[in-house]
Amino acid sequence: MIHRVRKLSFSLALLVGTLAFGNLSAYTLEEFKFEQPGQHEAFRDLIAKLRCLVCQNESLAGSQAGVAQDLREEVYRMMLEGQSDEEIVTFLVDRYGDFVLYEPPIKPSTYILWFGPFIFLGVGGYLLFRTLGRKKDEPEEDLTEAERARLQRLLAAGGDNQENIK
Amino acid sequence: MTATTTPSRTAATRAKRRALIPLVVFIALAALLFYGLQLDPRKVPSPLVNKPAPVFELETLDDPSRTVTNEILMGKVSLVNVWASWCPSCRQEHGELMQIARENDVQVVGFNWKDTRPEALEMLRRYGNPYVVSAYDPDNRYGIHWGVYGAPETFVVDGEGIIRYKHIGPVDRNVWETTIRPIVEQYRPQPS
Repeated sequence: MIHRVRKLSFSLALLVGTLAFGNLSAYTLEEFKFEQPGQHEAFRDLIAKLRCLVCQNESLAGSQAGVAQDLREEVYRMMLEGQSDEEIVTFLVDRYGDFVLYEPPIKPSTYILWFGPFIFLGVGGYLLFRTLGRKKDEPEEDLTEAERARLQRLLAAGGDNQENIK
Repeated sequence: MTATTTPSRTAATRAKRRALIPLVVFIALAALLFYGLQLDPRKVPSPLVNKPAPVFELETLDDPSRTVTNEILMGKVSLVNVWASWCPSCRQEHGELMQIARENDVQVVGFNWKDTRPEALEMLRRYGNPYVVSAYDPDNRYGIHWGVYGAPETFVVDGEGIIRYKHIGPVDRNVWETTIRPIVEQYRPQPS
C-alpha cells in the first residue's frame, strides 16, 4: 500500500514537473549572460511569450530550431542594447507578423477570437433561459377540437361508466 | 389556403422549422471547420508584403570581396529566392528556377541562407546556377529582417523594390503558372 502511494506521488511529482518546466527543459539558457540581476528572468519570460515559427507549438525559449536560436540571440542583443520588451516585440512583429506572439493582439481581425466565446455563451444562456421560462409559463399544449369533444363526452358520461376510466 | 391556416397548423410548421436550426448550425460549423482544414498553418503570412524590401548589404556567394545590396532589385521584377544546400526542398525547386530564369524576363536573386560557402557553391556547380547573384547570409544577419524562417521561401519584388508577394515552400510549375507568374506580369515595368 505504502509502496503504491509512493509510486503515485512520484508520478504526480513527475507530471507537475513536466507541466511546470517542460517548456524550458528542452533548452538551457546558460549561454546568455546578463550583468544585472533579474535580467535573465526577464529575458526568459520574454522569449517564452514568443513563438518559434518553424516548430510553431514551441516558444523561442523551448525550441532547438536554428531560427529560434538566431531569434534568441537577436532578442538578447536588443536587451543588452537596453531596448524595452515592447520595442523587441514590435521588431519581431514587423518582420514575422502577429503569429510570433502566443497571445494575439486585440484588433478587428481577432475580435471573433477574443469575444466569440463570450458571445456564444451569451446567446446560449439567453436561449436556455428563454426556453426554460416559456416551459414554466405556458400551459400544456391546447387540446384539439376532437380531443375536447371526447373529453366532454367522457365527463358527461360521469362516474357510472367505470370501465371507461380504467 | 394560406389565410385559413389554423393556429395549430402554424405552430406545427414553426416547430418543424425550429427543428431545422440544429441542422443549419451543424452545416455552418462543418463548413467552417472544413475550411480550417484546408489552411496550412506552416504558411505564415508576411507583414512585409506591399512594403519596401528590407535593406541589406551582404557578400556575394561566389566572391567575398564583392557586396550585393538592394540596388540589385531596382528597375526589374525580381524573385528573391531563399535557399540553402542543406534544404531538400530547395534542390527540388532548383530545376524549376533554372527554367524560370531561362525563359522569363525576371531576374532570380539568390539569398543563400545559413549555409556554408563550399557546400552552396558545390550545389550550384552540380545543378546549375539560376541566380544573377546570390547574397551570402550564413548567420541569418539579414534573413531576420526579411522575416525568413525557413527555406525555401521566394519573394516577388517589383522594380521599385517593394515586396509584392511571398511564397513559402518550393516553387513548382503549378505555383509559378497560377500564382507567381501573374504577379510578376502585373508588376513588370511597362515600356513607355
